[in-house]
Amino acid sequence: MTYTSPSAASATWLVAEREIRMRLRSKAFIISTVVLMLLVLGSIVIGNIVSSNSEPPSVAAVGSAAEYAEATKALDVTEVGSVDEATALVIDGEVDAAIVEDAKSPTGFKVYGLDAPPGDVINVMSLPPTVELLGEPGQNPFLIYLVSFGFGLLFFMSALTFGQIIAQSVVEEKQTRIVEILMATLPVRVLLAGKILGNSLLAFGQIVAVAAVAGIGLLATGQDLILAEIGASLVWFIVFFAFGFLMLAALYAAGAALVSRTEDLGSALTPVTMLVMIPYFGVIFFKDNDLVLTIMSYVPFAAPVGMPMRVFLGTAEWWEPLLSLALLIATTAVTIVVASRIYANGLLKMGGQVKLKDALKG
Amino acid sequence: MRAPAPTRSVSHMNSSLLEVHNVTRSFGDRAVLKDVSFAVRGGRITGFVGSNGAGKTTTMRVILGVLAPDSGSVTLDGSPLGEGQRTRFGYMPEERGLYPKMKLAEQLIYLGRLHGMSAEQAKASTDALLERLSLTERADTLLEALSLGNQQRAQIAAALVHEPEVLVLDEPFSGLDPIAVESVLAVLKDRADAGVPVLFSSHQLDIVERLCDDLVVIADGQIRASGSREQLRSEHARDRFELQVDGDAGWLRNEKGVEVLEFAGGYALFEVDSPATAQRVLKTALAQSSVQRFTPSQPSLATIFKEVIK
Repeated sequence: MTYTSPSAASATWLVAEREIRMRLRSKAFIISTVVLMLLVLGSIVIGNIVSSNSEPPSVAAVGSAAEYAEATKALDVTEVGSVDEATALVIDGEVDAAIVEDAKSPTGFKVYGLDAPPGDVINVMSLPPTVELLGEPGQNPFLIYLVSFGFGLLFFMSALTFGQIIAQSVVEEKQTRIVEILMATLPVRVLLAGKILGNSLLAFGQIVAVAAVAGIGLLATGQDLILAEIGASLVWFIVFFAFGFLMLAALYAAGAALVSRTEDLGSALTPVTMLVMIPYFGVIFFKDNDLVLTIMSYVPFAAPVGMPMRVFLGTAEWWEPLLSLALLIATTAVTIVVASRIYANGLLKMGGQVKLKDALKG
Repeated sequence: MRAPAPTRSVSHMNSSLLEVHNVTRSFGDRAVLKDVSFAVRGGRITGFVGSNGAGKTTTMRVILGVLAPDSGSVTLDGSPLGEGQRTRFGYMPEERGLYPKMKLAEQLIYLGRLHGMSAEQAKASTDALLERLSLTERADTLLEALSLGNQQRAQIAAALVHEPEVLVLDEPFSGLDPIAVESVLAVLKDRADAGVPVLFSSHQLDIVERLCDDLVVIADGQIRASGSREQLRSEHARDRFELQVDGDAGWLRNEKGVEVLEFAGGYALFEVDSPATAQRVLKTALAQSSVQRFTPSQPSLATIFKEVIK
């Protein structure tokens, strides 16, 4: 009986499908994904609570001052009958400040505080001057910190986790020697493509799920302004991640093919791990350094973090992400070709670690 | 998915012929295969014999396309084997291994599908094989949880699940318990009877002697002998005879044209210079005492092996 060998595409999918199936069966994977999502959701909810628990300052007010205070709609007003009652409430700590009429004051009001001028009450009562920005509006520094940390961490964690998973899966096949049966059945590049595809889909799925959880969380907690500000960069992040991860996945597979035992993975993968860590630390330390960020946004392995960051900061022209993406895709293609060569040559070499030079020569 | 037409059906497979043509392969500056050529005929079991490091595994890897030869080629029925052709092969590598964390049946179905079977075909073939190898109850057991013997059978199943047209097995019997040897043997004979060329390597000469129809001997990367077992035996047969008589056979030593190789009381193994000498010896023996046994001695495989690899 004869069966025609499956097409490269369907064989790739068979391999990818097995990778996904085996991963989804692993409790550790499911738990870590759920934990990651809860972490993201939790930080959004907590962020919301922290930022919204500043209740309006409470004041005691008398007569027309009370009407005025109510009219600001930013004060929690307790109307009292006399100035003495109002100051007594301040002294008791019942209210933050008292507002009373004062004909001598240029504003017509006088504010009583306890041990310090009640700044927030004064702010409410002040008339702001007209402000016009001459440059581009910048982002809130705290948000910059959060976003840089978020992109950096998300990329770092996903790349590291799924990179390790690919590496493990390559070494497992080598260590259990099933790789020889697979090589006798499939072209090696199909095997590699299937592994990369399967794990990339998982990594990508996880990133999209985390982004969706973040988006839904922001909307549900009424922080849609923040979502509008990071939305574009989040989309770019996902697009860049897709290609950046393909490149890293190929490198992880190639690195893993050089060793025969799981125990030896660490040393073989150190260079790749460095590549993952540099953009993570880079974006956190240099989030304010335009030059470093610009360089990062074009260096292929750092671009998945660097370019979305610049999009968020508004320092990237519209064409810059496209150029950087093209550069990333080209590098990814070259990397996959080189990595599949290393992979193919490393697979059958058992024993100690294969030298990179030998793996490239074949 | 079954192939439309280009390949033969089972009934014509008796003519299937796997040939290795002038294959050389080096690793670095170490030449492992030097101009290796031999044929594996359909419907016959061919033993591939050689010491450790003689080049057996490398040859098999080249046949399977796992390794590319530096020069030379492998053909099936005269046409070179390209990519995709080898899905018709069943291969059992020397180093055993399947996915430890996958269930047995799931794993076999996966391998079947990689070879081009549909999900249903792979399932049907897996069920039949597990039945045949008495593994049905273990279908949903993780491979790592199987006993060693069952893991060995699972490995055989992995080589057979896609109903291969050619079987290449590297040391299929090493490490097998006697019961497993018998079940593997039965399956291999089955496949050979269906017209499949079966090539297996072994350094256990007794098993090869018992099982194989044809023989290929490799030493130091070169084919030293190949052909049918009988042909090899007659090629290497000397005019040797065994004699067993009641009483002592010491007189043999004084016969003309006779060289005694082994001797023990009434038993002797000896070589003669001509058939006439043999007849004379027999007559002498009959005249002296009753003869239990007088038989031409076939060289054992071990003897031939030792001779050709010198």
